[in-house]
Amino acid sequence: MIVVIDYKVGNVKSVCNAFNYIGCDVKLSCDAETIDKATGLVLPGVAAFGCAVGALGTLAQLIQQFASSGKPLLGICVGHQLLFDRSCEYGQNNGLGLVCGNVIPIPTGRVIPHMGWNLVEMPEDMDLFAGLSKAKHFYFAHSYYADVADKNAKIAYTDYGFALPASVQKENIYGVQFHPEKSGETGLKVLKNFAKIAERNNC
Amino acid sequence: MLTKRIIPCLDVKDDRVVKGVNFLNLRDAGDPVELGAGYSQTGADELVFLDITATIRSRKTIVELVEKVAEKVFIPFTVGGGIQTIEQIDELLRSGAEKVSVNTAAVENPDLLTEAARRFGNQCIVLAIDARRSKQKAEKWHVCVKAGSEPTHIDVLEWAIKAEKLGAGEILLTSMDADGTKAGYDNQLNRAVTDAVNIPVIASGGAGTLQHLYDAIIDGGADAVLMASITHFENYTIKQIKEYLAGRGIPVNL
Repeated sequence: MIVVIDYKVGNVKSVCNAFNYIGCDVKLSCDAETIDKATGLVLPGVAAFGCAVGALGTLAQLIQQFASSGKPLLGICVGHQLLFDRSCEYGQNNGLGLVCGNVIPIPTGRVIPHMGWNLVEMPEDMDLFAGLSKAKHFYFAHSYYADVADKNAKIAYTDYGFALPASVQKENIYGVQFHPEKSGETGLKVLKNFAKIAERNNC
Repeated sequence: MLTKRIIPCLDVKDDRVVKGVNFLNLRDAGDPVELGAGYSQTGADELVFLDITATIRSRKTIVELVEKVAEKVFIPFTVGGGIQTIEQIDELLRSGAEKVSVNTAAVENPDLLTEAARRFGNQCIVLAIDARRSKQKAEKWHVCVKAGSEPTHIDVLEWAIKAEKLGAGEILLTSMDADGTKAGYDNQLNRAVTDAVNIPVIASGGAGTLQHLYDAIIDGGADAVLMASITHFENYTIKQIKEYLAGRGIPVNL
């Protein structure tokens, strides 16, 4: 069972809808026991970073525990940014510190937010992108991004006048800055891949 | 490279998609959920649903519609029409909308943009501007509110710049003069606004031919183009639109 963290902010339903649509057993929850039983955990996010941190509250510790159990964790958009050390969106806020790096503003000199479909170059060794061709379009909507500093992380980039990290993988920790639940068939394939990783891990 | 977005707009009245000319003379275009799912499957980049009744009764209906759409549509969609409070924005986002658009409420209470952006992030706060060309001055437009029924003295450019500072993450810019005419977008208006702000601008109102879409992107500087009549009544498919634009060198997600 995939558990999507319900932290009562923003559009968390779409992620559940997408997992339902691809035939996955999914539950929206903020209950410690349910999270503990999950084969895979998804941290969604449509909110400002600080607001998301505040809304997470004590759930943060549960997510960190889950991550250290070795079961797969997927952060989406702000959920992806929360995986990192800290962000400066509307003041300094600490993230979960699961992947090294800070969340910083997209450099000026271009339209911000970075909004719409951009091409992601996908390295072959990133499990989330298994079975997809080398580059695909995904839907982005953000003004800040995670500047990945972790030497042990694999990174997929998109071009927005600079190489913008679009996805990160560090052992069992996965993050996507784009919205797979809003990226049509390609996005659904990424969620299917995550579900497979969770299933495999459970065997 | 970021692609230009093709966005069909679904005006919803009494559970049906309708389309008018200059905001009047409505014509039925089908069921919103079916039409939305169809667009999602045929390659639209995004959808906009506008509740053009926006009454207390329709509030509940639109939340139910958002829930139904979100079960079938896996591309982003914006919901607008009569949204006034943070609580309404919260409810719509939680029901599955990716973004909400506000017009009248933001004009009456600009702090709404700031508060909404702080809470939900500015990427999901779309400012809708209904612009009417000034009869007195060339290249001047003023903002209209209440579904276009009420003109104000607010200058469109000044409002767009102010709204960006307040927290709007995107502007949905509709030319009321061009809307539904199929005579082309108002690209003087589009260019004036896209040059003035740094957030994405969706050009809206007047699409009739593929050339019009190209012109809104090249002459108007639009990041995305909104259309209704030319796709609802199947003059063009999304694929035809994208192939045409790609053939003329515009980056699209084909």
